[in-house]
Amino acid sequence: MTEEKVGVYICHCGNNIAGTIDVEAVSEWAATLPHVAVARDYRFMCSSLGQELVEQDIKELGLTRVVVAACSPHMHEPTFRKACERAGLNPYLMEMANIREHASWVHQHDKEAATEKAKALISGAVKRALELSPLEPSRVPIQEATLVVGGGIAGITTALEIADAGHPVYLVEREPSIGGHMAQLDKTFPTLDCSSCILTPKMFDTGNHPNITLLSYSEVEEVSGYVGNFTVRVRKKARKVNTDLCTGCGECWSRCPAKVVDTVYEAGLGYRTAIYRPFPQAVPKYPVIDVENCIYFQKGTCKACEKFCPTGAIDFEQEDEILELEVGNIVLATGYDLFDARRIPQYGYGRLANVFTSLEFERMVNAAGPTGGKVVLRDGVTEPQSVAIIHCVGSRDKNYNPYCSATCCMAALKFGHLVKEKTDAEVYSFYIDVRAAFKDYEEFYNRVLEEGVHFVRGRVAEVTDAARQPGEEGKLIVQVEDTLIGKQRRIPVDMVILMAAMEPRADAEEIAHLFGVGCSAAGFFTERHPKLDPIATMSDGIFIAGACQGPKDIPATVGQGAAAAARVLTLISQGEVEIEPVRAIIDEERCSGCRICNNLCPYGAIDYIEDPGVSRVNPALCKGCGTCVAACPSQVITGQHFTFESIMSQIEGLLYDVSNGHETYAEPAPLETA
Amino acid sequence: MAENGKPKLALYWAASCGGCEISVLAIHEKILDVAEAFDIVFWPCVMDFKVSDVEALEDGEIDVCLFNGAIRTDENAHMAHLLRRKSKVMVAYGSCAMEGCMPGLANFYDRERIMQFVYHDSPSTDNPDGVEPQTRTEVPEGELTLPGFWNTVRTLDQIVPVEYFIPGCPPEAKWTEAAINAIISGELPPPGSVIGMDVTVCDECPRERSEKKITRFYRPYEIIPDPDICLLDQGLFCAGIATRAGCGALCPQVNMGCRGCYGPNEGVVDGGARLISAIASVIDAKTPEEIDAVLDTLPDPAGYFYRFTLARSLMERTRLERQNGHKVARPLEEVPRLDPALKE
Repeated sequence: MTEEKVGVYICHCGNNIAGTIDVEAVSEWAATLPHVAVARDYRFMCSSLGQELVEQDIKELGLTRVVVAACSPHMHEPTFRKACERAGLNPYLMEMANIREHASWVHQHDKEAATEKAKALISGAVKRALELSPLEPSRVPIQEATLVVGGGIAGITTALEIADAGHPVYLVEREPSIGGHMAQLDKTFPTLDCSSCILTPKMFDTGNHPNITLLSYSEVEEVSGYVGNFTVRVRKKARKVNTDLCTGCGECWSRCPAKVVDTVYEAGLGYRTAIYRPFPQAVPKYPVIDVENCIYFQKGTCKACEKFCPTGAIDFEQEDEILELEVGNIVLATGYDLFDARRIPQYGYGRLANVFTSLEFERMVNAAGPTGGKVVLRDGVTEPQSVAIIHCVGSRDKNYNPYCSATCCMAALKFGHLVKEKTDAEVYSFYIDVRAAFKDYEEFYNRVLEEGVHFVRGRVAEVTDAARQPGEEGKLIVQVEDTLIGKQRRIPVDMVILMAAMEPRADAEEIAHLFGVGCSAAGFFTERHPKLDPIATMSDGIFIAGACQGPKDIPATVGQGAAAAARVLTLISQGEVEIEPVRAIIDEERCSGCRICNNLCPYGAIDYIEDPGVSRVNPALCKGCGTCVAACPSQVITGQHFTFESIMSQIEGLLYDVSNGHETYAEPAPLETA
Repeated sequence: MAENGKPKLALYWAASCGGCEISVLAIHEKILDVAEAFDIVFWPCVMDFKVSDVEALEDGEIDVCLFNGAIRTDENAHMAHLLRRKSKVMVAYGSCAMEGCMPGLANFYDRERIMQFVYHDSPSTDNPDGVEPQTRTEVPEGELTLPGFWNTVRTLDQIVPVEYFIPGCPPEAKWTEAAINAIISGELPPPGSVIGMDVTVCDECPRERSEKKITRFYRPYEIIPDPDICLLDQGLFCAGIATRAGCGALCPQVNMGCRGCYGPNEGVVDGGARLISAIASVIDAKTPEEIDAVLDTLPDPAGYFYRFTLARSLMERTRLERQNGHKVARPLEEVPRLDPALKE
């Protein structure tokens, strides 16, 4: 190893590092480390001049290892790997020491300690660099087809963009129809255009696109493989309707005697039949039989739908179908769930009849909804004289969700406008802050203010029907501290609308596990980088779009849907994908076949070979996570680029100024043996 | 070399049970070849030699020393240094000398607590005067001395440089034989080598293994295991997955999980940690409560995972803290297995 020559480059990162760490002193010190041929500090190592410095030294000084002490490798590892490659050094012989996030930023108030820590990190990186081996990435072709999971506006947008570019798309939707939450909405803020009017054409295009295979009423059950080559198992749930014969005429559901509360599309405000199509514009147009509520399936007789179907499309015997899809990329656009307002009992939802959720109200004001667009109380006839709209129900509340749901303020403004438009009621909007960022939103706020909606600043304490004062009888009383006048107020109203939070899907964590992506603390899918890579995930080839990544409104969702399509198209147009050589290798000569590792691989990359009884890693599937490396009880699995030797050397390097802690044993005095 | 041209052999026991001595004899009639091939200069268990005989030898005069037992007293250390100085080749023979073995488990405690238990609290102790051994004791005839008892049990190579290691508690005869043959023929592996295999017990175990998912552990008396299926797959703790092969999988073949006496596989720094991470990886539980429930079926985890290797592990022993000028160990029962705050 004596012939190795290491170059150490210490980045000032402007003042980000140099403001805290004495970079000149560290650089001088680093030059004295064994094998270090050159140590330099520079204002911005990531600039082209900084990179050229590295390239020049590799060529002129014959460096065999490069250590860049700068920011996180998440940020600039690719940058410096490429610089090494340009100068003819294998990129995997470059090691980064993160002295920004791990030293200068976290120890801003102790410059001396930060400098010492930077030295330790660099010492570790140099030791580790000496143990690195050159590696070569491999390339595999990419499957052209893309899987889009979720048929809301995000998934629809992604699917259409990719399909329009000429590539096949499988769009999987759990419900019988695509459309998602947007299909339930009446008007959209701030322009007040009709939600279904703008959505329906896109749904129709999606259903009829030659490049889109629409798998509605279907769910993904299993995912294996890696970027460019995923295998996905989809369960196509039995509709009990033969879609080859069905024309969507509607005879079946008009004859169906079962009446079921529609908790999905009508948000519990309306009814549907047991055989049903969620809404008239549904895509695909075919109905499904809700087996749990179907009289025939529950009691054994009825079959009214079958009797009246003019094309004989009803098929009670139809079974679920399992499809295996080969896709190159996956876009998750699984949307959100609405916060269950029953969780805040003091707001009375589910107990006080005239407390509604925002989604119920959407259905109510929708011309195609259960009331035909009339704003009425739960009795279905009485028009309210006064309406309270409560913001932040389940959002911005440490008891439920600390985050802002981003869309409810604007939806609340829209509701205020719609109530004013459709009734003569007084409207009170109870807010903490009105968040009307983005184009034309503040203007819409002003418009609603001018329309006479009363805004009361304060978090509502309680909604009650217990009258205390004259004028409160028979009303819902909203108890609130109006923080702008510093007084408690009791405002009697006829109707209360709760602006419920957007929450991650109830099964978001399972979905995340299924696809190998992460979830934030709140439960939304985690993006690769919150600012610079909000669409990608830590799993290559798996992208996220829309509200599954965090609360967002329609324009932002559509933007992400299109962005996801762009990311997928980039990969498809590359034709093949580079597989990182950082992966696990089993020494089959020394594997004893205990099978500890077999079950652990999150990517299913380990197979057991019966003869000769050893385990083997499929290099194309392995992501180099190291789970099996750590678990192997006989230590015969090596994580390339993270070998046992390199890790131990790095630890040794980190502890360069610490003694090994052993007590030393001098030879004791000779015993008296005489 | 002795005058008769035979290489000189010394065998010694330090902190050990004597099993290694017996295992040397387990090479049966081959022992005659040993006597034939070597001039035995020191073997306190079997032949009458005195330490002064060793002291009288020239430095490096002994060709091979098979040293068994761990180092836990001043005398053990003294003899290790003495034999090291007198020997060309030092062999750590057996698990105690190699990795601490059972004596090494004392490293979970400290000298005071061991003395307290052995001389006062043990149910079989009868010591009404509360006498404890002292390094120096005045008696009418003069002063008696005993070697000092260490807080920490050490392996041989933590005290003196060692050329070869022969694992096992005790080593299987075939490896003793292999080592003797290698020494006689002069075909020795590079210094620092372990005389043995570089795979694990599973390699020699005929039981059928499948993907592992452990939902609970059984103690040997709780079930009658299927004779053909991997014991670990049946919930019986078996350290074979992380234990160097060489024994021929003796214990698993008689329905008893491997205890791990051959120590970790070649290249492994901390055998207990390897075993913990392997076993923890295949526990089939998701929540902390479920994990705890599975682990509750594994009594004495420290003993299971570090039964033979504690003294040689990365941690070596429980932490010693200074109290009243003495170094004492933190009592084990005060160490929570899981931070209660993490459970919430």
